[in-house]
Amino acid sequence: MAHKSYARCIDLPTEQVFHNIRNAKRFAMDIGGSLAKVAYSSLVKKKSTMVFDDTDSIGPNKGSIYNVSETDQEIVRLHFVKFETKYIETCLDFINANLIQSRESMLDKVIKVTGGGAYKYTELINGKLGVQVDKEDEMECLIKGCNFLLKNISDEAFCYTRHANPEYKFQGVDSHVFPYLLVNIGSGVSLCKVESESKFERIGGTSTGGGTFWGLGSLLTSAKEFDELLELAESGDHKSVDMLVKDIYGGDYGAIGLGADVIASSFGKAARSTKDSAQNSPSFKKEDIARSLLLCISNDIGQIAYLQAKLHGVQKIYFGGFFIRGHPFTMHTITFAINFWSKGEIQALFLRHEGYLGAIGAFLKGMEEEDDERYSWGENLAGSSGLASPKHVGTSHVVQELSNNFSMLEINRLDRALHPCPLLLDVISYLPDTVDLTQDIDARNYWLKCFADGAKKTHDLAVKSQPHEQDASERADKFLKKYLERLKSLEQNPCAYGSLTVRSLLDTSTHFLEESLFTDIFSQQKQFENEQALRVLPSRLKTLDEQPESERHFQLVLGMLAGNVFDWGAKEVCTILETQQLTLEEAQAKLQKRPWLCDDFDTWLCRVSQPNPYKCAVIFVDNSGVDIILGIFPFARQLLSMGTNVILCANSQPSLNDVVYRELLWIVNKASDVCPVLHNAMTEGRLKVMETGQASPCLDLRLIDEKLVSAIKEMEADLVVIEGMGRAIHTNFDASFACDALKVAVIKNRWLANRYGGEMFSVIFKFEKGRKVSSSCLSAASAKR
Amino acid sequence: MDFPLVNGNSSDVSIEEDSAAIVKNDSHHSSLVNGHRNGSPDSFNDIQGRLAMPLFGMDIGGTLTKLVYFEPANFDEFDFAERETLKTIHKYLIGNTAYGKTGIRDVHLELGNQTICGRTGKIHFIRFPTAQMSAFIELAKLKNFSGLASGICATGGGAYMFEEVFAKEVLLQLHKYDELDCLLKGIHHIDRHNPCECYYFSNPRDTECCDKLPFNFHNPYPYLVVNIGSGVSILSVRSKTDYNRVSGTSLGGGTFLGLCCLLTGCETFEEAIGLASQGDSRNIDKLVKDIYGGDYGKFGLKGDTVACSFGQMISQEKRDAARKEDLARATLVTLTNNIGSIARMCAKTEKIERVVFVGNFLRVNEISMKLLSYAMDYWSDGSLKALFLQHEGYFGAMGCLLEYLQLNS
Repeated sequence: MAHKSYARCIDLPTEQVFHNIRNAKRFAMDIGGSLAKVAYSSLVKKKSTMVFDDTDSIGPNKGSIYNVSETDQEIVRLHFVKFETKYIETCLDFINANLIQSRESMLDKVIKVTGGGAYKYTELINGKLGVQVDKEDEMECLIKGCNFLLKNISDEAFCYTRHANPEYKFQGVDSHVFPYLLVNIGSGVSLCKVESESKFERIGGTSTGGGTFWGLGSLLTSAKEFDELLELAESGDHKSVDMLVKDIYGGDYGAIGLGADVIASSFGKAARSTKDSAQNSPSFKKEDIARSLLLCISNDIGQIAYLQAKLHGVQKIYFGGFFIRGHPFTMHTITFAINFWSKGEIQALFLRHEGYLGAIGAFLKGMEEEDDERYSWGENLAGSSGLASPKHVGTSHVVQELSNNFSMLEINRLDRALHPCPLLLDVISYLPDTVDLTQDIDARNYWLKCFADGAKKTHDLAVKSQPHEQDASERADKFLKKYLERLKSLEQNPCAYGSLTVRSLLDTSTHFLEESLFTDIFSQQKQFENEQALRVLPSRLKTLDEQPESERHFQLVLGMLAGNVFDWGAKEVCTILETQQLTLEEAQAKLQKRPWLCDDFDTWLCRVSQPNPYKCAVIFVDNSGVDIILGIFPFARQLLSMGTNVILCANSQPSLNDVVYRELLWIVNKASDVCPVLHNAMTEGRLKVMETGQASPCLDLRLIDEKLVSAIKEMEADLVVIEGMGRAIHTNFDASFACDALKVAVIKNRWLANRYGGEMFSVIFKFEKGRKVSSSCLSAASAKR
Repeated sequence: MDFPLVNGNSSDVSIEEDSAAIVKNDSHHSSLVNGHRNGSPDSFNDIQGRLAMPLFGMDIGGTLTKLVYFEPANFDEFDFAERETLKTIHKYLIGNTAYGKTGIRDVHLELGNQTICGRTGKIHFIRFPTAQMSAFIELAKLKNFSGLASGICATGGGAYMFEEVFAKEVLLQLHKYDELDCLLKGIHHIDRHNPCECYYFSNPRDTECCDKLPFNFHNPYPYLVVNIGSGVSILSVRSKTDYNRVSGTSLGGGTFLGLCCLLTGCETFEEAIGLASQGDSRNIDKLVKDIYGGDYGKFGLKGDTVACSFGQMISQEKRDAARKEDLARATLVTLTNNIGSIARMCAKTEKIERVVFVGNFLRVNEISMKLLSYAMDYWSDGSLKALFLQHEGYFGAMGCLLEYLQLNS
C-alpha cells in the first residue's frame, strides 16, 4: 500500500512543511538513501501576557490592582522536517525562494550536512543555496542527536510489545542517560557505546542489516521495495522455510533449554528438501521467505547487540535506523530477539524521533559555539507529527498518505533550565501521571470526549480574550479545527505522542492555543476574581483568627478545599460559576462531609499541633481568585505564624484559570497590605513567591525551574503541599516524597468522583509522612524515646 | 578407567582427573560433568550380552547423518553368528565408498590401527543426508542390523526424532546421548589418536603466504568450540568434562545451503561451494569504499570491509547482472563472517584465545576456513587463533561410540 505514494513528486506541501522558514537562522541536513531531513531554527512569534502596576492608569481599568496586556514575544524553535530524498530538489528550491537573506548573504554561510547523501548532494546544495557544505560524520551526529532527545524530550524512548495493552511503553524522562548502546541499522549495522556527551566509540557492527534484507529479499521474492518486503514478511510463516528445533529433535532440546519452536537453522528447509524429489522441488511462498529473512536478520542483530552490551556492561540498547523507522513489525522482531538472547534481562528500546537523530546532531554541531547547556527544550505538540501507525491505514488513509511523504518535529527552546524536584523520594521511578490513558481504555474514551466537548468553549474564550484583534476569530476557528483533528487522531493512535495522559491532553490544548497566537484566555476572568477575593480577605482572616487553635486548623483546610471548587477547568463547575456568584461559604457547603473520600485530617492536625512543625513548606498552588486568596493565603499565613517558612509556587505560563507567577506576585503584595503576617514574612524573606517553570494545570516534578530547585534546597523544605485536581489527582497522587506531603483537592468531575467511589465534590485530603528519615527527624525521634 | 591416552603420559591423566573432580564439586557445572544426561546406561548390558563391543556411533543432525563404524582387524575372536553379521556389514560398507545416491564414505578420513575395547581395527566415517533416513532404515531392515545388537548409540536431534521409527521398523533401540557431550568426547579422542588432527592457517592476513600447518592441541584448555552444522553451537570448554554452551546462531551451514539453493538453483553443498569458489562477492555486497569512497578512518574500517552484505542487490540493474557464482560466494562470505564475529565476541566474553571450528560446513570449504582465520586474527589484533580439525563433522558420532566405553570401564 505504501508504495503507491512514491510516484507523485509534486505532492510535497512545501508551504506546510517548511513552516516559519522565512525566519530561519541556521540550517543542517541529513540526507539518507531514501529519507532526507532538513533542520533549521527560527524565531517564532508568540503572544504572552504582561502584568504591570496600574495605579496610574485612567479609564475603565482605574482602581484595578494590576493591569494585564498581551505582547508579542519571540521564542527560538527548532524545526526538523523529514521527507523522501527524491523531493530534495523541490525542497532546496523552496528554501532558496523563501529565505529572507539574499543569495549574497548566504555565500559565507556554512550548512552542516550528514548522512550517506552528504557526498552525493554536496554540489546540488551548494549550487541551489550558494552556501558552503560542511560534511559531518554520521555516527557522531546520530549520537549527538540521541543524547539531545533523551535528555530533553519526555517519553522519547519506549519499549514495544506486540499485542500488549498498550503496545508502546514509554520511558518518561531519563535523568541517567549514560551509558547506552546505540544500534543503528541502516544498510549495514553499527554499534556505538556512548558513555558521556563527548565520549563514544564504535564497538562493532555487522554487514547483515537493512540493505541485506532489502537486497536478498528482492532476489528471493518478487517484492522490489523495502516496505513491500516488510508487508510480505508480516503475513508470512517462517516455519515452512526455517528448520526449527522440533524439526530436528521432534520436540524441545531440553538439555540446553531450546524450545521446540526455536529456529535451529534459518532457511534450513530450503536446503534439505530440494534434493528430496527433483520432480516436485518445493516452492516456498514469498511471504514465508520474506518472514524467514526478516527474522534471521533481526535475530542476528539482536544477538550481536546483546553480546556487545554484555561484553561492555551496558544495560540500555536503543535501536534506530532505516531498518526500523518505527515500523511495528521490525520493532517486534528486534524486541523478540533481545528478549530471547538476554532472557528478558535487557529490553530493546526505540525512539519516537529516531529518524531525526542525524539531523538534530548535525544541527547541534553547527550550534556548538553557543552554549546549548543553559537551556531546556520541549516538544511542540502542535507542530510535530506523531508516530505513524500503519495499523490504522484503513481508517485514516489520508493522514497515512501524508505522513508517508513527510513528517515534522518542532522543539521549543524553553526560557529556563528545568531540573527534578529534590523532594522526590526517587526521581528515577517517579511518574507524574496517575492514569495512563494508553492503557485505560474507559478513561481514554471519557477524557478524549470531555476535551473535545470543551474545545468550543476554549474557542469562544480565545476570541473574547483578544477583542481588538481582527483575525482572532479566524485563528480561533483554526485552533478548534486542528485541535479536534488531533483528538480524533489520538483516539485512533493514542501512543503517537508518548504516553497519553490528562496532562498531555492539557499540554496539547495549550500548544495549539499558542500556535494560533492565543495566550492567557482567562486573564480577564482571573483579574476580576482576584479583585473580588482580595476585598473579602480581611474579613476572612478576622473570622479565622477568632477561632480557637484546634478549630482553626480545620477551618483553614475547609477554606482551602472550598477555594479549590472555583475551577474554570471543570466543566460542571463552569456551569455553576457562569450562572451565579458563588461565595466561599456556599462552596464550602457543597463539599463532601467528613469522613472524606481520602481523609488524613486527624494525622495532619496531630502533626501541625506539635511545636515548630516544619522548617519550610513548598506549596504548589492552583486557581486564581477565591482559591489562592481565601484558601491558600490564610493556610500559608498559619504556617508562617507557626514558624514555618513558605514558598508559594505558581505556573510560569498561563493555563486555564490557574494563577500565574506574575499575577501571584501582585496579589501577594496586595494581600500583605491588609495582613501584617504576610507583609513581615515577605520583607524577612520567610515567604517567597516563585515560578515552577511549567504551563500546565498538572505538575511534572521532573522538570521544575532550577531557581525553585535551589530555593527548596536552601530553605531546607520539609513539607510539600500540592493543591488541585490537576496537580494532586491527575498527577502526583501516587508520588512518593522524601519529606511529608499534603495532597489536597476537590473532585469536580462526576465521572472521576464515581471512579474513585465517591460523589461530585468529594474531598481528597491525603497526608503522607516522608519516606526518607532526615537527620533532624532522627534526632527528634531519638529525643522522644 | 578411561580410554588410553596414546599421546599423553600418566601425569597428564591425573591432572585432568583432578580438575574434573574439582568441577564436580561446583554445583554450577554438576549437571554437565556426568556426561550422559540423556543416556540410558542400564540398557547397555543388553549390548554387552550379545556383542562385547560397539560398532557404530551415529549422529543424526538436521541436514546430515554421520556414522562412525569400527571395523575390528580380526573377526576370528567372534562367535560364528557374529562373524557372519560382521562380514555382511563389512562387505557392504567397506566394499563401497558411496551408498545409494547420497551416502558417502570419507575414505581420506579413515583411521587405521585404532584400539577400542582392547581390539585393534579401523574407524570408518560415513555420512548421508538426514532426509534419506527412510532409505537408511530400509537398508538396516534389509541387512538385519537388529540381529547384530539390540541397540545403536545415537546422538543429535535425530536420536530423539527417529527413536520410535527405529524401535518399530528396525527393532533397534537408539541409545541416546547428548550431542554436545558427544561432540567434546569425540574431539578429545580423535585428537589424541590422530597426530595431525588439528591445524591452522599461518599468515591469515596474507593470502599468498597462507599455509595450512599442524597445531599441537595437546594442552588445549580453555578453548571455544564453534560447531557449524545446519545451525551453530558455541561451547566454552575449560576441561575435559567442564563445558557449557555459551551461544549459538540459526545462521549456519543450513542457511548457506538453503539460500544458495534458492538463489542459484544448486542442489548440493558441493555444488554450492563449487559455485562460490568461482565467484566474487564484491559484485553483490556493498563495501565501505562504495559508501565512503575509501577507508572509514574514524572508526578504523578499511575500504574493503563489507559494509552491507547483498547491499548492491537493491538495484534491479545489479540484480539482473548478478552471476550465480557471485551470489553463492556472497552467501558464503556473509554466513562465514557472521559466525566469525559471533564466535569472536563469545571468545572475548569467555576470555579464551583458541577457537576450534568444526562441523560439516567446513568440509571442502577452505574459503570459509581462511576467512575465519583472517577474521579471528584481524579483528582481535592477533590475539585469537582459529583452529580446525581434520574430521570436521564426525566428532559427535565418534563421541557417541565412545560413550559406551566410558560406561563399561
